[in-house]
Amino acid sequence: MRMHPSYEMLRPGKKFPHVWCPGCGHGIVQGAIIRAVQKLGWSRDEMVMVSGIGCSSRMPVYVDFNSLHTAHGRAIAFATGVKLHNPKLHVIVITGDGDALAIGGNHFIHAARRNADLTVILMNNNIYGMTGGQYSPTTPIGKRASTAPYGTAERDFDPCALAKAAGAAFTARGVAYNALELEKLIETALTKKGFSLVEAISPCPTLYGRLNKEGNAVKMLQWQKANTINIKAAEKLPMDQVTGKIITGIFHDVETVPYTEIYDRIIKKAQGK
Amino acid sequence: MNKDIRLLQGNEACALGAIYAGCDFFGGYPITPSTEIAEEMALLLPKKGGKFIQMEDEIAGIGTILGAAAAGAKAMTATSGPGFSLMMELLGYGCMAEIPCVIVNVQRGGPSTGLPTKGAQADMMQARWGTHGDHPTIALCPSSVEESFKLTVKAFNLAEKFRMPVILLLDEFIGHMREKMEMPAAGELELYTHPQPTVSPAEYTHYGDGTSVGGPYASMGSGYRFNITGLTHDQHGFPTGRSDEIQWKMDRLKDKIEKHRPELVEVDQEFMDDAEIAVFSYGGAARSAQQAIREARAKGIKAGLVRPTTIWPFPDQALEEILRRVKTMIVAEISQGQLLGEIQRLNQTHTKVIPVQRYDGEMLTPNEVLNAIVEVTK
Repeated sequence: MRMHPSYEMLRPGKKFPHVWCPGCGHGIVQGAIIRAVQKLGWSRDEMVMVSGIGCSSRMPVYVDFNSLHTAHGRAIAFATGVKLHNPKLHVIVITGDGDALAIGGNHFIHAARRNADLTVILMNNNIYGMTGGQYSPTTPIGKRASTAPYGTAERDFDPCALAKAAGAAFTARGVAYNALELEKLIETALTKKGFSLVEAISPCPTLYGRLNKEGNAVKMLQWQKANTINIKAAEKLPMDQVTGKIITGIFHDVETVPYTEIYDRIIKKAQGK
Repeated sequence: MNKDIRLLQGNEACALGAIYAGCDFFGGYPITPSTEIAEEMALLLPKKGGKFIQMEDEIAGIGTILGAAAAGAKAMTATSGPGFSLMMELLGYGCMAEIPCVIVNVQRGGPSTGLPTKGAQADMMQARWGTHGDHPTIALCPSSVEESFKLTVKAFNLAEKFRMPVILLLDEFIGHMREKMEMPAAGELELYTHPQPTVSPAEYTHYGDGTSVGGPYASMGSGYRFNITGLTHDQHGFPTGRSDEIQWKMDRLKDKIEKHRPELVEVDQEFMDDAEIAVFSYGGAARSAQQAIREARAKGIKAGLVRPTTIWPFPDQALEEILRRVKTMIVAEISQGQLLGEIQRLNQTHTKVIPVQRYDGEMLTPNEVLNAIVEVTK
């Protein structure tokens, strides 16, 4: 019998089956993360997965890394402490659109500003799933949610643009439909020094899809396929063919000295070395 | 060897006590009247290879020290009033996840922005019940600069041993008071660091040592992989909804205090052997109470001082015994009666209890306490 390639990185028999609904994109993102870590050949003992609260934030329970499931919005604050105390650890933050951009928005921008050496995987399903479908900071204007029965009146955040503006070293976006591209983006982000963000667009057929009549999980993934353009292709297309599409790929990638390395220099200075 | 005697503020002594205790991580946010602690830590920590980080708010301050502590740091944050309010959710996280750390609250006048530069003792109940849910609390309350140092060391020891956040409940009066103190030599004060597990990673359970006090536990990145969550969890740290496991966890949190009260509770007593009037007071107010009972003794009044240095768990047993013994208990505090309420809860013998309170931003004076003592004798 052959084991699933992800099996060695999971915690079978403990907290499976997982909480994610049938058709949720989060499992695809989890698979992409695991394969990226496997490709890099990193040991589970040096991996720390830190999350907040929400559907995506349940992931650390399932993955056999050092795992820290924190409070709503606070994953990045905890992760900053883990990384600063022990810079040898690879710290991945798993978060959602509500967790990272609403309640945790302040930590998100400040971690990008100080260039904390973290890889943030923001699983964006455009809605609060765990509490039953309320609108989030990435619910597009006019779309329905349980707290927006007539459509939202608010504009949405672009997490990649926000992180870049705040000082991130690396920002990228992938979609659950294109799991291989997503895996590649995560692998690149993990090896990046400084604050890196991968926004993973993950369909929520149970709540967002149902409330907005976007069809079942298959239809939502088909919509992703039809409406996703890689940034390299998008750059060559006229504006009207790009508007309203999901642009994927690497948006921002600069070489930086991460916070932990700068702090090491401060230690040397304080010690008169 | 020459004695190392210094003139220090309570806040400075707290920072130096933390360094003495082996603190190697500080995360916090500036707020009056606690900021000197952060400034001192920013200066001292990198010299010994430790880490200081100023976070974007107090929630991030406690969050980052909990993360660092989960990775093995001896970690601390310091704050005051509004910042302490912001920390409440993650204080509960630390209790639930059983992560050792020290949280200093230099109490100032409230509610809200209140009196940033003036002291108070009105966060006592918040320290106990500010975070939601049943949970254990340890809070220590220094009355002098020297105690600020020594109780900070004790706070770290208790955090390590009891696997939980320990609160150092300072107040602005002690935090900003300058006194001379003799610095303890290296090795003079006992330091406790929790043992590391010796079982194989396969056999390790993060909460499975059978006791939450003094047992071994591992840090993230040490080769023992485990899960930490704020959800109610089983002995492995995995979320649970099973009644038996919920009961186990909640009893574990409760028992770590209830079964170790004698080890935790410390009460300082002065002139209490034959006292008919006891003054009960802690922190800054206890300095005035101490002066008052000494002056009362000079007048021939049999007054004594009962001064806890552990405010949580509350010294129930010692208080009940004293309440049975004395004719009157005066409760001196800089609050509208948070301390008084605890005394009334314990006063089954209907001993006469007299409050002496001040909450106008000024220090309770020795005369105000003395007047109350003299009034009793009339």
